[in-house]
Amino acid sequence: MNTKMIDVAGLSFSYGRKKSKVLDNFSMSLEKGSVYGLLGKNGTGKSTLLYLMAGLLRPQAGRVLYKGADITKRSPSSLQDMFLVPEEFALPNVSLKQYVKLNAPFYPHFSHELLNACLRDFDMNEDIHLGELSMGQKKKAFMCFALATNTSLLMMDEPSNGLDIPSKSQFRKVIASGMTDEKSVIISTHQVRDIDSLLDHVLIMDGTQLLLNQSVASICERLYFAEQGMNEPTHDALYVQPSLQGNSVILPNTYHEDSKLNLEVLFNATLAERVKIQQMFNL
Amino acid sequence: MKFKESKSIYLQIADRICDEILQGQYREGERIPSVREYATTVEVNANTVVRSFDYLQTQEIIYNKRGLGYFVSQGGRERILELRKEVFLRDELPEFFRQLKNLGISIKEVETMYQNYLKE
Repeated sequence: MNTKMIDVAGLSFSYGRKKSKVLDNFSMSLEKGSVYGLLGKNGTGKSTLLYLMAGLLRPQAGRVLYKGADITKRSPSSLQDMFLVPEEFALPNVSLKQYVKLNAPFYPHFSHELLNACLRDFDMNEDIHLGELSMGQKKKAFMCFALATNTSLLMMDEPSNGLDIPSKSQFRKVIASGMTDEKSVIISTHQVRDIDSLLDHVLIMDGTQLLLNQSVASICERLYFAEQGMNEPTHDALYVQPSLQGNSVILPNTYHEDSKLNLEVLFNATLAERVKIQQMFNL
Repeated sequence: MKFKESKSIYLQIADRICDEILQGQYREGERIPSVREYATTVEVNANTVVRSFDYLQTQEIIYNKRGLGYFVSQGGRERILELRKEVFLRDELPEFFRQLKNLGISIKEVETMYQNYLKE
């Protein structure tokens, strides 16, 4: 059975010929049925990667295959099966009902039930007017539409930005309930605490390259995340970061114990101790 | 659900399900929520809940009926209490002893306090 959803190979991209490359010989593939967290510092090409995967930008070298089809062909069968929620977007000055009427037909699996359920979860209803919403409400309305399109791939760029406190929890509920074995979600974010329990796969990129592409299960199999007191020794640790009570550390998981993935510490560790961390995964 | 810093999420969720069984929310022989329902409630990835359910299944606290879902095993409550006793005696009691020793508290003192506690 082919579980591959999207295959990125040898991708290079820069905004203009003389500008430095955002992505350079970048490769990765995403499987069906997973929630991916795409992490990287500002300006390392996360959004660019999403736009390239959605066929909105064209790579200067390399290719993106979506379910085996070249995405730069922008064939309807590919585009009707994926949806991108950019970090910033403009919505037309129309009612949500009108918006749905105009845009839903592009997505053959569009579900009105899903739309209403999602709006309800976010404390909204379908009688809203897109021109009269605050930024956070607009984001919620657009995310509801995105989920309702029921596409196999959903890409979200900083989805929790601008959401109020209860909405962040609702967002997690909505994603958790919307997942199936056939769908994948890729969430690019800096707000790791908003999403860490949702992920089953972590992608970390830096300076045109992918540093880490591992499932949460395989990360926790190889690494042990611990909170240690001030006077506990840290010499075995792969990475040490001061915390309130002492240190947050990453150790090799020598005793095969389960610990809770600390995404923030993993991210910092991967950037600071790239070789050590990658060695743990035999990369 | 607010997760603790160090214990893996799937075990924390398993603990939560055990608490709910002990509280009588799901009785022996009754169905517990589906993976998807539970994932939504605690806002985690469905695969994490699958792991929690697998764990509880190997501990014989719940069992799977094909196509119908997961049910609380006969004797599941007792099994949870046994397991918790095991964990308490193995992991928590030594730490408690260490503190008694460090702080110079005699077991007599503790016994009197425990007797008083039981009377309350």
